Amino acid sequence: MNNPKASESNASKTWRSLTHKMAAQVNQGELGFIPVVLALLAVFIVFHLSSQYFLTPRNLSNLSLQVGVLGVMALGVSLVLFIGEIDLSAGSVSGVCAVVLVLLSSSYGVPGLAAIGAAIVCGAAIGWTHGKLVTLVGAPSFIVTLTGLLVWQGVQRILVGNQIGQILIEDPIVTGIAASFMPSWLSLLLVAAITAAGLVFCVKHWKAVRNAGLGDRAGLLGRAALFPALAILAYSVLSQHHGVPVLLLILAILALVLTLVTEHTPFGVHIFAVGGNAEASRRAGINVASLRVTLFATCSAFAALSGVIAVSRQFAVDGNTGGGNLVLDAIAAAVIGGTSLFGGRGRILGSLLGALVIGSVANGLDLLGQSANVKSIITGLILLAAVSVDMIARRRRIRSGAAGA
Amino acid sequence: MIAASEPAVQLLETRKLSKRFGQVQALSGVDLDVRASSVQALLGDNGAGKSTLVKIVSGVHRPDAGEILLDGKRIELPSPRHASVAGIETVYQDLALCDNLDVAQNLFLGRESRMRGNPVLRLLLDRKSMEVEAERAFEILGARIPSLSSPVSALSGGQRQAVAIARAIVWRSRVVIFDEPTAALGVEQTASVHRLIERLKDQGVGVLLITHNMVDVFALADRAIILRQGRRVAELDPRKCTHDDVVRAITGSAAKDAALS
Repeated sequence: MNNPKASESNASKTWRSLTHKMAAQVNQGELGFIPVVLALLAVFIVFHLSSQYFLTPRNLSNLSLQVGVLGVMALGVSLVLFIGEIDLSAGSVSGVCAVVLVLLSSSYGVPGLAAIGAAIVCGAAIGWTHGKLVTLVGAPSFIVTLTGLLVWQGVQRILVGNQIGQILIEDPIVTGIAASFMPSWLSLLLVAAITAAGLVFCVKHWKAVRNAGLGDRAGLLGRAALFPALAILAYSVLSQHHGVPVLLLILAILALVLTLVTEHTPFGVHIFAVGGNAEASRRAGINVASLRVTLFATCSAFAALSGVIAVSRQFAVDGNTGGGNLVLDAIAAAVIGGTSLFGGRGRILGSLLGALVIGSVANGLDLLGQSANVKSIITGLILLAAVSVDMIARRRRIRSGAAGA
Repeated sequence: MIAASEPAVQLLETRKLSKRFGQVQALSGVDLDVRASSVQALLGDNGAGKSTLVKIVSGVHRPDAGEILLDGKRIELPSPRHASVAGIETVYQDLALCDNLDVAQNLFLGRESRMRGNPVLRLLLDRKSMEVEAERAFEILGARIPSLSSPVSALSGGQRQAVAIARAIVWRSRVVIFDEPTAALGVEQTASVHRLIERLKDQGVGVLLITHNMVDVFALADRAIILRQGRRVAELDPRKCTHDDVVRAITGSAAKDAALS
């Protein structure tokens, strides 16, 4: 009995203990990033097989720019979903703040950075108001932000109304956000820094797993190598086109900061505590109302920033900026990335990957010459799949929790 | 450890506490004292004022009249936070745990340790020191928890109780209030809660036990105070009285008691 086991190679032992661990997690309903990574792989494979252009450096560079608006909005929306609330107004808020930016810059000559700052402050103020209405009046966030969706869309169209169609912007800082690429040396420096961080992470945690199973050691190496590998891959592909877009760097920094806040600070623990059990959080001394208001304000500030990026890509704003399916796509991105609509579960990186899934679907269908209607149908079906996976995982978690009792 | 025969130290006292909600006089002039290393049971029928008294002592409600003393000094408890800071921890019947958070996160919820060093580091959680403290707390309680990083939803009922009670150890609470701790538990889990409460007592903690369960009273309590219609009507020594004595004190009449049985 023992002989075949002893002669088994280290590699296959490692593989077995890793797959065992994963299977156990899946059984308990702890899916992590598994569904979103599988979805992303599937989308990439399907479009690579159906279009020779999908995996070209030029198209991937395009994709990384297209994902900016949705990605930034999805980051903000995730925060609100983490506490079990929803923000349907993010699209309208991004639109109205985009108009504020363009009017300040084009009509009043406010310098680019100041106008961007004003647009973001404007977004935060709108979100603060939504949060106050939710906490003071006790109205459900669904209704408050649905109201916001209608009201701010109206305000946006009134502000644009006097102009014909759209208002153009020429400020070089604003238009430069989505049109700039990092110089090669800076990209390489960042890749080196990320690789160094991976090494430090590995050395720091090696002690803890040295005596643990092979699977744990392989898991650590995998986690340490993930980001350096992604950075090197991104650089080697994007440098074949114009280089790494500045927008991608902005998105990465925002995601990194939000990850630190949600996973490594007391405030982050409080976010998930409120999402899991608001009454217990209140008894533990957390100011639940002010936390809610803060997150609604932050979410809208991110929406405003996504409006800024939209302006930067279009060089203009119109009555439809931030409209359409954008906010629903952002919510879908978070849910595809593993954020639970019931609150208390989710990760920032997941929402970013979810946005990448939706962005890739849109990009790929464009390449295939499909209409917006087909995009809408496919995105809807992916969302349905994501929600179903969430529901099944939730049932498994409840079952495995009950089995332990 | 303090032997049972030594005079126990007075920890928490209330003097002439009164509270009225609209037309209802929930409490009138109630005195209570909790001593170190001892379990004080608080008994009474529904509506007798137990919950009101507990909520005042844990900082949820403020009394209309009367005072609260800790170590003989008068204290104000305007919020639950003030009560925890003063060393009074409450273990609620529903345990007030966040199922989605892990064991360590639940233990330190609202009072997380931060890293030391530069101002940026000080914003971050110090997970390691929290885990060390948590290990110590479970060791003192003699409780086994699968892992400090497993979500509370994956724990058994007894383990969840241990997590809720370990908060009091981590915070070095001096008085721990239990609100109906065994109301929804089976025989085995009740026994495990009793063991945990005994451990707290061994640590010199004063326990205030609100319960309907006579098994709790006779297994744990050093003294039992009976409330009826917002008044303190009796104090009994569970070692010197019978089940019937306690029931009679709670219901207030021998006749009613006979009619019930």
